[in-house]
Amino acid sequence: MGLKQKLHTLKQKYKGKKMAPAFNALHTFLYLPNETTHSGSHVRAADDLKRTMNTVIMALIPCLIFGMFNAGYQTNLQTDPNITQATGFFSGEFWNWANFEIGLWKVLPLVLVSYGVGLAVEFLFAIIKGHEVEEGYLVTGMLVPLIMPIDIPLWMLIVAVVFGVVIGKEVFGGTGMNILNPALTIRAFLFFAYPTWMSGDKVWVHGAVETAGQPDAISGETILGSLAQGHEISYSIADMFLGFIPGSVGETSTLLILLGALILIFTKIGSWRIILSTVLGALAMGLLFNGIVDMGWIDSSSKFYGLMNTEFWHHLIIGGFAFGAVYMATDPVTASQTNKGKWIYGFLIGFISILIRVFNPAYPEGVMLAILLMNVFAPTIDHYVIQGNVKKRMKRIKVKTA
Amino acid sequence: MSKDIKIKKGLDIRLKGEADKTLANAPRSRTFAIRPSDFHLITPKMVLKEGGKLKAGDPVFYSRENKALNFVSPVSGTLTAIERGAKRVIERIVIEADQQDTYKDFGITNVQTADAQAIKDRLLEAGCWPFIKQRPYDIIAEADTTPKAIFISAYASAPLAADYDFTLKGKEAELQAAVTALGKLTDGDVHVSIGTSGTSPFDNLNGIALHKVSGPHPSGNVGTQIAMIDPVNKGETVWTVAAQDLVIIGELLLTGKFNAERIIALAGSSVKNPKYYRTKIGAEVSTFVYDSGLEEENVRVISGNVLTGDKISPKGHLGYYHNMVTIIPEGDDYEFFGWNKPVFDKISPSRALTFSWLFPKKKYELDTNTNGEHRAFVVSGNYEEVFPLDIYPLQILKACMVQDLDQMEALGMYEVAPEDFALTEFICVSKQPHQEIIRNGLDQMIKEIG
Repeated sequence: MGLKQKLHTLKQKYKGKKMAPAFNALHTFLYLPNETTHSGSHVRAADDLKRTMNTVIMALIPCLIFGMFNAGYQTNLQTDPNITQATGFFSGEFWNWANFEIGLWKVLPLVLVSYGVGLAVEFLFAIIKGHEVEEGYLVTGMLVPLIMPIDIPLWMLIVAVVFGVVIGKEVFGGTGMNILNPALTIRAFLFFAYPTWMSGDKVWVHGAVETAGQPDAISGETILGSLAQGHEISYSIADMFLGFIPGSVGETSTLLILLGALILIFTKIGSWRIILSTVLGALAMGLLFNGIVDMGWIDSSSKFYGLMNTEFWHHLIIGGFAFGAVYMATDPVTASQTNKGKWIYGFLIGFISILIRVFNPAYPEGVMLAILLMNVFAPTIDHYVIQGNVKKRMKRIKVKTA
Repeated sequence: MSKDIKIKKGLDIRLKGEADKTLANAPRSRTFAIRPSDFHLITPKMVLKEGGKLKAGDPVFYSRENKALNFVSPVSGTLTAIERGAKRVIERIVIEADQQDTYKDFGITNVQTADAQAIKDRLLEAGCWPFIKQRPYDIIAEADTTPKAIFISAYASAPLAADYDFTLKGKEAELQAAVTALGKLTDGDVHVSIGTSGTSPFDNLNGIALHKVSGPHPSGNVGTQIAMIDPVNKGETVWTVAAQDLVIIGELLLTGKFNAERIIALAGSSVKNPKYYRTKIGAEVSTFVYDSGLEEENVRVISGNVLTGDKISPKGHLGYYHNMVTIIPEGDDYEFFGWNKPVFDKISPSRALTFSWLFPKKKYELDTNTNGEHRAFVVSGNYEEVFPLDIYPLQILKACMVQDLDQMEALGMYEVAPEDFALTEFICVSKQPHQEIIRNGLDQMIKEIG
């Protein structure tokens, strides 16, 4: 009796029992189920939700691996005299074991905790409510470690994941029903619950918190932080684009995010409309601010000067903007669901991201708040788009009767 | 008034086992069956008891709501069984056929001179009325209404569908009689849509508005054609008739006989020699299935096409509205890592390690596996790619699920039939039963709005 038969027998045994969803969740990971069509079309396309989610995860893997190397690199750059500034994307100064080791030991626990805790909550709810375990958390669980500061304590992550999954998703009815992006809910919870931890110039590079105040202290400031403070930034455009900068684990490399975007668009999993319009929105706002500076309405004494004066397209490659636009804004459940609505939704995300970035010096990362805000407004956008279709239909009757 | 209809959105599902264009006479079936479930929302009142004798064209039952609406026997024989299910609902009526058919004579109708009422009465009495369906609601047409137009699709775009140009060849006289008669029942036009290539038996008919359609499935769906030619508004009714049923209507008018003969396609990857058969409505499918032979044992026999047909048992009977039988393998097996390994042998609208986009002309052998479990709606924007109507598919489905009648009406529920959602159902990542959702939504509307 092969494995397939054994599992089938077990499935029959568990059928109808409380633990069935938990067993099925594991079983369906190994085998595509033997379910056949009962109503309507007798054949179905090859794609299911697992495949869809899996594609997003694959698009995230390059960012994760880069994040591990970068975590080590940022620390070693400041502490290890043997590591010097990386010169190109494939520079040996970056891709080496010393960097990877630190990163692996810091990032892997984040991934494990995120998946472990999140899936435990999902399984629990599936068993209580008696539905199958839905795949939504597979992507969320990978997104969460990538948008965390490297030195976040694991207990904080656990609290946040439980909060995010329960309040952000399960209370609305689980995957497909939530209003806010769960990964960003987790991030926002941390930001508002532990503000001193989640912002400022310490947590972004491993070791910066422990060494703070000591003579050989590690600086953990991000580019956005520096700009908001009006400091000079010491990173080249190439560094920013390739990702050799401090920041959340997976969000630094615009190059690899671009690769992810191409994967999502090519596989037709992510909405190119949202990605493109988000970028357009950000560029528009960036240009607007550049214009204000050029007009001389604001001078270098203003505390907004640093970020306003940032050249408009630099906004795309610093901070978490690119990551948010590609992986977060495109979440189909919380985004607008009409094609027209997607254009509006994306544009406003880009626009508001840069607005918050410039005017909120305490927390210059605007993309998180912008996406959460637009998540809330997405149903409203859809409503008006759909009303357009409804009005057209009404008009058709009027033309007839007139 | 005719126009060309070009459809861009849609999806051609190319399957193996297309019917070869050769025609054979199916051996005469021993029994014939009528399933009342083919006639949605009709409650049958039996005319005969078990053991009663019938001629072809004699009423078997009539509708409880409209006593004039007869459902007649396709053959002459003896009514042997009335099979009932839960709550004594009649599931199947079985007629054992005589060796030779004797027909009830309804008398010849002169379609040129007959008025609308005479034609209606004849169609109702002789069991041809059920062939006329209406929108809204996709049910048998109400006889006391006058539709704004009548639509006939003579172009089949569904997977493996029977080619009308082949099955209706030589039936021009019957078709002409039928469309002339139907033209008297409407104030508007009788719209007929044909494909752009080949010669259609409709090419030279009089009294019709002829349209040429092209593009991927669902371009052949009558619902798509209605939407492009003259969409249904609130308060309006259109009727639709399947092209193969015009032949039966036409023959009734010309000869006075209800002749249930129909040329059907036997297709699908499990069929050894897929081809066309001449048979009758309600015949045992085994009469021609075993003539063609099967490739394997574990199959699903579908009366109709793979998108909208009904599952029947291998000993089952041809449905009242169907002009094809499709047989494909059952997919009741597990597939190791089927959810993440690269897929070459299934159709997919995405490119998520699925490679059907590389081979647009390749023909596939799909089975009945759902390829995943039922989930909540998650993905958005993909239905629109295969849905040519000016309707928001995801939103109307959700409105049906929450039974929001106002929203259903506003979003265009009067225009749709379940079959319009067969393709969105096919590509649905969440494996939701779209056609069932729409059918339930329509039923809800009938109940509460009427």
